[in-house]
Amino acid sequence: MTKPLSTKVENIKPSGIRKFFDLVSEMKDAISLGVGEPDFDTPWHIRDEGIYALEKGKTFYTSNSGLKALRVEISNYQKRTQGIDYDPMSEILVTVGGSEAIDIGLRALVNSGDEVIIPQPSYVSYLPCAILAGANPIVINLKEENNFKLTEEELLSAITDRTKLLILPFPNNPTGAILEKDDLEKIARICIEKDIYVMSDEIYSALTYKGEHISIASIEGMKERTILINGFSKAYAMTGWRLGYACGPSKIIKQMTKIHQFAIMCAPTTSQYAAIEALKNGDDDVTMMREAYNERRRFLMDEFKNMNLKCFEPFGAFYVFPCIKEFGMTSEEFAMKFLEEGRVAVVPGSAFGESGEGYLRISYAYSIENLKIAMERLKKFVDKLRN
Amino acid sequence: MRDRILSIIEKNSRIDLKELAIRLGAEEIDVANELAKLEQEGVICGYHTLINWEKTDIEKVTALIEVKVTPQRGQGFDRIAARIYNYPEVRDVYLISGGFDLLVTLEEKSLKEIAQFVSEKLSTLDSILSTGTHFILKKYKDHGTIIDEKTEDEREVITP
Repeated sequence: MTKPLSTKVENIKPSGIRKFFDLVSEMKDAISLGVGEPDFDTPWHIRDEGIYALEKGKTFYTSNSGLKALRVEISNYQKRTQGIDYDPMSEILVTVGGSEAIDIGLRALVNSGDEVIIPQPSYVSYLPCAILAGANPIVINLKEENNFKLTEEELLSAITDRTKLLILPFPNNPTGAILEKDDLEKIARICIEKDIYVMSDEIYSALTYKGEHISIASIEGMKERTILINGFSKAYAMTGWRLGYACGPSKIIKQMTKIHQFAIMCAPTTSQYAAIEALKNGDDDVTMMREAYNERRRFLMDEFKNMNLKCFEPFGAFYVFPCIKEFGMTSEEFAMKFLEEGRVAVVPGSAFGESGEGYLRISYAYSIENLKIAMERLKKFVDKLRN
Repeated sequence: MRDRILSIIEKNSRIDLKELAIRLGAEEIDVANELAKLEQEGVICGYHTLINWEKTDIEKVTALIEVKVTPQRGQGFDRIAARIYNYPEVRDVYLISGGFDLLVTLEEKSLKEIAQFVSEKLSTLDSILSTGTHFILKKYKDHGTIIDEKTEDEREVITP
């Protein structure tokens, strides 16, 4: 064949993480702090519900939007945690992970040339998905001096008359930053005034360590313009089940459902049954895991302090994002050298956007014992670089 | 803080004070005081070690013994329970609801020793109506810990 493939797709850069992944996989003695998923197994009662669904032969398609019982539980969950009312019949769509919701949400909203504002550092898929949807992505480089929050000034300066949508990825992967009520209110005011949609990716909402997570959709005037994305992967340690959801105004959900219907049909049935159990009886598991993460977070922050490594204190997700600018290396060089000499894999901040340059993403979805060994190696490595 | 201290040291009583304080985001001195209080109040009754004897050369046989007794006027089950738990070879004594009254666990070097204890010491006590002895053949999970659990990390090494 000589005919060219899609230029749009060919022009998309593969994830910067890939190259690193291949390297680490070769090194058997390396410790990885590179994963973006919980180290806990899915709680047993949730797995059991999945097994039960299989035993009972519940192996068929569900409705396109997802099992009604699951949508009702999602609605209850949003009501009890955020105080937002979503109609299970028209305002909720069950998707294959939060990732699918990001993709189809963008495709449902964007016309060719519309501008989509993407704060970075952030999850790797927003930018390519926006481009594939035909959008013109406008990146905001978040700053450590603002604790990697999105500020009013930054947002205002990125908005033009072509701005359609703001992606709001908090609690943030990779920085661990969160937005608090007053931060959200400022952003909400601007979005309402400038008439902009918001895609709020709240996949880490259950994992905050400074008060409860607040959704921007809960602020007056925002529900009608917000696609709230969440899922089961991080809160309930269910990454492999591939289950997420989008909540939003019915006119958007209706369009997203169309794409979902034709591209996916429905989210995995077994996972949907398990997810009902997660929402009904999983609160204690989430609390247990959150406390474990929080202990590790404090442990890492203390270790950084002891080795004089600059790191703003993150209050969300399960990542810390220390600054390594003092060593005069790019984050990729640092990560590579640390892997070779220190035998620990971390992810270069630059994999999450240009503004992640000079930082490392260190995941604490690992046992304390593992983290201890890794921190000893980091200390040794850093000491050597400084001398 | 109390709850968290207890749930951490229940899993790992050897954790050092400094690490415990860091993980809890508390001052070391406050954690130390709380621990001392917990010991004083008898909330913490001991610091034991969970041993998988199977992996040693030491022979151990564990038995669970169901015991039916006649409760005694004025003292209920307490007196007979005390007569049983005072034997040093007895590990646990629980008052149980259901078909029998006391559950006694025993750990000995051999079947014979356990049989001896049951027939010579336990059954001959006044007010004991009957006993039923069960030997443990294999421990799958003990004190919340899965014995022989595989702990290999099966996740992909790097994911976004």
